[in-house]
Amino acid sequence: MSYNCVVLVKQVPDTKRITGRAMNDDGTVNRAALPAVFNPEDLNALELALDIKDCYGGRVTVITMGLPAATTVLREALYRGADEAILVTDRRCAASDTLATSYILSCAVSKLDYDIILCGRQAIDGDTAQVGPQIAEKLGITQVTYLERVIELKGRVMVARRNMGNGWQEVRTALPVLVTVIDEANEPRVAAAKRLMKYKDAATRAELESGGDGELRCKVLTDKGLLIRQWGLDDLGADLSWCGREGSPTKVHRIQSVVLEAKESKVVEAAPAGISAMVHELIDDHTIG
Amino acid sequence: MIDVNTAGEVWIFAEQRAGTLADTPLELLSKGRELADALGVKLGAVLMGQNVSGLCATLGHYGADKVYLVEDAMLAQYQANSYTRAMGELIHEHRPQIVLYGATPVGRDLAPRIASNLKAGLTADCTDLQIGDHEVKKTGSVYKNLLFQIRPAFGGNIIATIINYDRWPQMATVREGVMPMPEPDMKRKAEVVRHNVSLSAEDLPIEILREEMQGRKVNLKASRVIVAGGAGVGSKENFRLIYDLAHSLGAAPGATRAAVDLGFIDRDHQIGQTGTTVRPSLYVAVGISGAIQHHAGMSESKKIIAINNDPDAPIFSAAHYKIVGDLNAVVPMMIKAIKEKV
Ligand SMILES: Cc1cc2nc3c(=O)[nH]c(=O)nc-3n(C[C@H](O)[C@H](O)[C@H](O)COP(=O)(O)OP(=O)(O)OC[C@H]3O[C@@H](n4cnc5c(N)ncnc54)[C@H](O)[C@@H]3O)c2cc1C
Ligand SMILES: Nc1ncnc2c1ncn2[C@@H]1O[C@H](COP(=O)(O)O)[C@@H](O)[C@H]1O
Repeated sequence: MSYNCVVLVKQVPDTKRITGRAMNDDGTVNRAALPAVFNPEDLNALELALDIKDCYGGRVTVITMGLPAATTVLREALYRGADEAILVTDRRCAASDTLATSYILSCAVSKLDYDIILCGRQAIDGDTAQVGPQIAEKLGITQVTYLERVIELKGRVMVARRNMGNGWQEVRTALPVLVTVIDEANEPRVAAAKRLMKYKDAATRAELESGGDGELRCKVLTDKGLLIRQWGLDDLGADLSWCGREGSPTKVHRIQSVVLEAKESKVVEAAPAGISAMVHELIDDHTIG
Repeated sequence: MIDVNTAGEVWIFAEQRAGTLADTPLELLSKGRELADALGVKLGAVLMGQNVSGLCATLGHYGADKVYLVEDAMLAQYQANSYTRAMGELIHEHRPQIVLYGATPVGRDLAPRIASNLKAGLTADCTDLQIGDHEVKKTGSVYKNLLFQIRPAFGGNIIATIINYDRWPQMATVREGVMPMPEPDMKRKAEVVRHNVSLSAEDLPIEILREEMQGRKVNLKASRVIVAGGAGVGSKENFRLIYDLAHSLGAAPGATRAAVDLGFIDRDHQIGQTGTTVRPSLYVAVGISGAIQHHAGMSESKKIIAINNDPDAPIFSAAHYKIVGDLNAVVPMMIKAIKEKV
């Protein structure tokens, strides 16, 4: 039996390699200091989907919700082996929190035939790990979080191993299922040179519209089969009251840059006398001893 | 969707496993108590499982005014679907204003599912919670006594305060170990409110075939003194210095992610944003640069000693005692000084 996998991937600021101040003076996040990358654990989710396809057959569809620039991660997914990619983009998605995001993505996934939905465990911009379970609840399907390995797929049943850090579990469940994949799950494959050549010009309508002669370029790409599918909220039939700012119960009250605070401190000489005095002090104020 | 109810209680999810409470629900009770007192409302603990009523007394000792007890054979093992059903029913019925969960593997599996079910807000992995007011600049409306849900974001580079004012309840998961453990008061008693759910096989879609859960091997959270080593220690062999210093102080050994990644020590010992959060009386940072992600897990330490040969290392701006020097010389000096004094 073959399986249709839908992988949800996100383009995120690379919080590991911050090249400048994280915040602007006006309190907004300085995105320029944060180069955009494919969310690392979403690569593990994609790898697992490709692996399932290699073993059992089926299709791998990748979806991202984001600005037109997020098409970059869709192209990367195509280079690695995805069959189809879809960009969900709409001005009215702006300011969506995880609840609104999960609503919009669940509308998108509902339009597809799916057996297994794969997410990363969490996205490194917020480390929330919420969107996956929230989608599963909206679709009314089972979730298997912290998935480390699919042990077996047989008919409509999956056996998998979860790794929760403080232990592991082997679980069995019927499809359809939503899984969130951890980084220990696998080693994501790199882009295939042939696929890279094939898809390097693939683009979404939203990207082409920003340049001149958009219509013509869309037509050229359509003829070549390289126009990446794009959906707006109207295409999804989404209820706007559950999207964007209005659909987001959580709001930001305040954002502060992290500055290491200077405490009242002493310089201790790196010699026996200084260190001995310090130890004395700590014993006297009952910190140790 | 649940409407705003400013008279609602403060609730915590009392995670239990095989009839034993973890530390997290007790930590949540200490913060919950503070929030409930600030709001002038009762503090409730939601306890689900099979044959777990014996834990109600403990929850009372640690600060709960009420325990909402849901006992059912089908709740014996945690599952997202069944627990979401039960919790959703309780929240609909009693409309608490705040619901807190531990950011444990279970809490992070469950809370988003409940939030999605209730169409409520949820903030993950909070490191602090406060009560405060929020003004919506555009309309000038002021919302009083909201839950400020404070957490690091963008890999620890910023601290965000999140609120929700137009949909209830206000929910958050709270990092393990960041709230202090309350002192139990054996005379305190909680009122027990029983609730029955009718669950069916559909609510248990997962079959657990095998499992193994370890309690954490090292108990960093409970240690009064921690000696942590970083990449600067240089090798697994040289980490001996950290163990020796820890031993002389009766301390637990900790580490940075870099030291763990280099294989100097087990991941259980990692301190920081993606490791354990600690708040000891004394934290000795040896060969640690003081990255924001590490700082996030130890900044609450009462006293910090930093040993680093780079005078510009960021760790020094967080330290109470700054020792600029080679750890290979300084650590033995410290061990000697302690042995002579104690
Ligand atoms: C999303 C994310 C999450 C993270 N989570 C964590 C986390 O939970 N915990 C964590 O610790 N890190 C975490 N990190 C990693 C963090 O950014 C740093 O890389 C890490 O803390 C650095 O560890 P370190 O100080 O041991 O190593 P380094 O930064 O390499 O510092 C080594 C220090 O040792 C000093 N040194 C070298 N030789 C000597 C000597 N002979 N004597 C004295 N001093 C010496 C050097 O001057 C230097 O300051 C995370 C990173 C990211 C992006
Ligand atoms: N905008 C998005 N587009 C597609 N997938 C997303 C998006 N946001 C979150 N996800 C998925 O949900 C997972 C968890 O995200 P988060 O809850 O933000 O930590 C990610 O690893 C993705 O698989």
